[in-house]
Amino acid sequence: MAIRYNIRMAGVGGQGVVTGSHIFSTAVIHAGGESTIVPFYGSEKRMAPVESYVRVSDEPIYEIGEITFPHIIMIFHPQVITHGKSYTNPFYFGLKKDGIALINNVGPMNLERDHENELKDLNAQLYYLPATKLSLEVAGIDLATNMAMVGAMGCITGLTTLDALAQAVKDRFLGKGFVVSGGTAALDSVVERKFKKKQELIDKNLAVVKAAWEFADQNGWAKKKQTMAPATAATPA
Amino acid sequence: MSEALEPEVKTNPQGDPITSTATADAPAAQSGRKDPHAEAKKQKVVSPEYMFFEAPREREFITGSECAKEAVRRSNVDLSIAYPITPQSETMQLIGVLYGEGYVKEYYRGEEEYGVMSAIAGGSRAGVRCFTATAGPGTLRGIEPIASWPGHRLPAVAMFTCRVVNAPLAIQPDNIEIAYLLNCGMIVFHSENQQDLFDYLMKAFIISEKNDVTLPVGVCCDGFFVTHARGYCSMPDREFKLPARDPWRGSVPVLDAENPPARLSRDAPVQKSNFMAYNIHAVWQQEVWAAVERSRKYIDLYMGGLLEAENVEGAEVILIASGSAAAQAREAVRACKEKSINTGLIKIRSLRPFPTNELRKLCANAKLIVIPEFNYVGWLAKDVAAAIYGYSKAKIVAGPHVYGGMSMPVEMIVDEVEGGLTGKKSSTVPSSDIMGTDIDPAAVSHFMQNI
Repeated sequence: MAIRYNIRMAGVGGQGVVTGSHIFSTAVIHAGGESTIVPFYGSEKRMAPVESYVRVSDEPIYEIGEITFPHIIMIFHPQVITHGKSYTNPFYFGLKKDGIALINNVGPMNLERDHENELKDLNAQLYYLPATKLSLEVAGIDLATNMAMVGAMGCITGLTTLDALAQAVKDRFLGKGFVVSGGTAALDSVVERKFKKKQELIDKNLAVVKAAWEFADQNGWAKKKQTMAPATAATPA
Repeated sequence: MSEALEPEVKTNPQGDPITSTATADAPAAQSGRKDPHAEAKKQKVVSPEYMFFEAPREREFITGSECAKEAVRRSNVDLSIAYPITPQSETMQLIGVLYGEGYVKEYYRGEEEYGVMSAIAGGSRAGVRCFTATAGPGTLRGIEPIASWPGHRLPAVAMFTCRVVNAPLAIQPDNIEIAYLLNCGMIVFHSENQQDLFDYLMKAFIISEKNDVTLPVGVCCDGFFVTHARGYCSMPDREFKLPARDPWRGSVPVLDAENPPARLSRDAPVQKSNFMAYNIHAVWQQEVWAAVERSRKYIDLYMGGLLEAENVEGAEVILIASGSAAAQAREAVRACKEKSINTGLIKIRSLRPFPTNELRKLCANAKLIVIPEFNYVGWLAKDVAAAIYGYSKAKIVAGPHVYGGMSMPVEMIVDEVEGGLTGKKSSTVPSSDIMGTDIDPAAVSHFMQNI
């Protein structure tokens, strides 16, 4: 049977949710899989809700648009849950049975009792990753939160490799033809000023990816080993 | 020779040449400057057959708007008129770039959609190949002239990116506007993805200008999901272009100052409410719809049929869809397979002409037909039900529907399939209408009241 994950990433503006989803999607493709991404946001401003939808599979993906019923949800900011800063409320709406929620928080959160019960009914796996903390500790900047999130997701799903993630990060910062929005371009220049050389920027980002991957691995979040079969050529007639 | 006289190439921040500004310092800058039209001038004319079927193709990962641009680049377009309605796609902006590069001979911005569509009529009447694109409300603003194109037998290609027209307005695709285009008398195609958009646009020019067709073609796509998103598109090399429009091959004479121009003056009494006027109206409309019928053979030839069927033979359930709904239905077929439900897919490529006979044949033995649509009214379901009435005993579920630009979760389609087979409705899906024979008469009468 085909491997198929629909991943819904939710966070707030400025965290790099869309960038993170691009990197994860590219990394899956580098690892031999198929992937598509659909970003979703309103006004482009810091702390405003952002969602991004990533589909990964080992066969061609035809589906388009938002993901209503995800296998995996990634919450980049605790306020998505506590303040309802999201296009999806409650944050786990539509999560499939036995689904996974990766949440950026230091330790487990106190969820509302109803939410906790419903997640229990869904038999959802809740993984709390201190992504921003890792980003600050490893890279000295909170803007690599997204790197931690995708690093941990790589480990959890086994759909990509550290090498493929590294390649995707390089593509993002060195590649040509990567189109970003105005707000993202502004943040890029902040990040680039912080790290004088792009190589240093890439290295720091990768260090965060790796740290988060290891964190997930040490906590036993990795799903049983599955690899992407060589992708069938999706050549439309 | 002429290259040496080309003025300095000014570019906008994206690096596209700007040709609209006169350069005062042209003589000083003439040496060593490249002709922005140089590449376009080198394009070779190839036959449609070579372009569509034989030319080697390369695959690119581009947006639907870029696909449209690439299709127009290879289609030898003479005139393109833009109006930047909001919401729009980037298509007409990109056609402006093509104009700068010399791939499109004439290009300007109309005053609004009514003016654009009227001017396209003028261009087509004058015998040149015309292209325009609009979206959502722009389509409806321009629909008065659009509705008159077929009667005047004006070959042209218009791209419609569906982005909702009813209130409250949204910007993501709800393809309700196709319902308004279906009865104009124009040929209407609906593309599922970026590749379809590229192929259908190019083929539309050729089909539109066939002597026994001589009709406009509307190429629709669900905006945003197709126009703004990237997808794979295999394209022949840009050094090739289709043959130019040969206006004298059309079924009506083109505008010519030497001869009484166009149909309107030839059939002058049309303005009077007398027997002649009724007669002429009837003749024109009969001609139009007969021409729509005659386009079938070209759609079969160039597009491989009005529909595409996948795993339909012996399938218990058939999903019938067009546009983005077809993409979602493809995934639903996969999901149904995992649940051991034998499900097939029919993707409708051409909505006008409609694949009536094809559907009658393919649906003859189906038990259940599910028709997912990205609009509230379910225009496709009505056409399908009317087409197969008396030819199939299948229960027809007119749904699921999503509206206002919402994505259709594949799970909704699977739910309708399971619900249709077992009779049990899932609580997560809003109820869809049911049509067809061998079902609850109350459900049918409810449906009939609602169409």
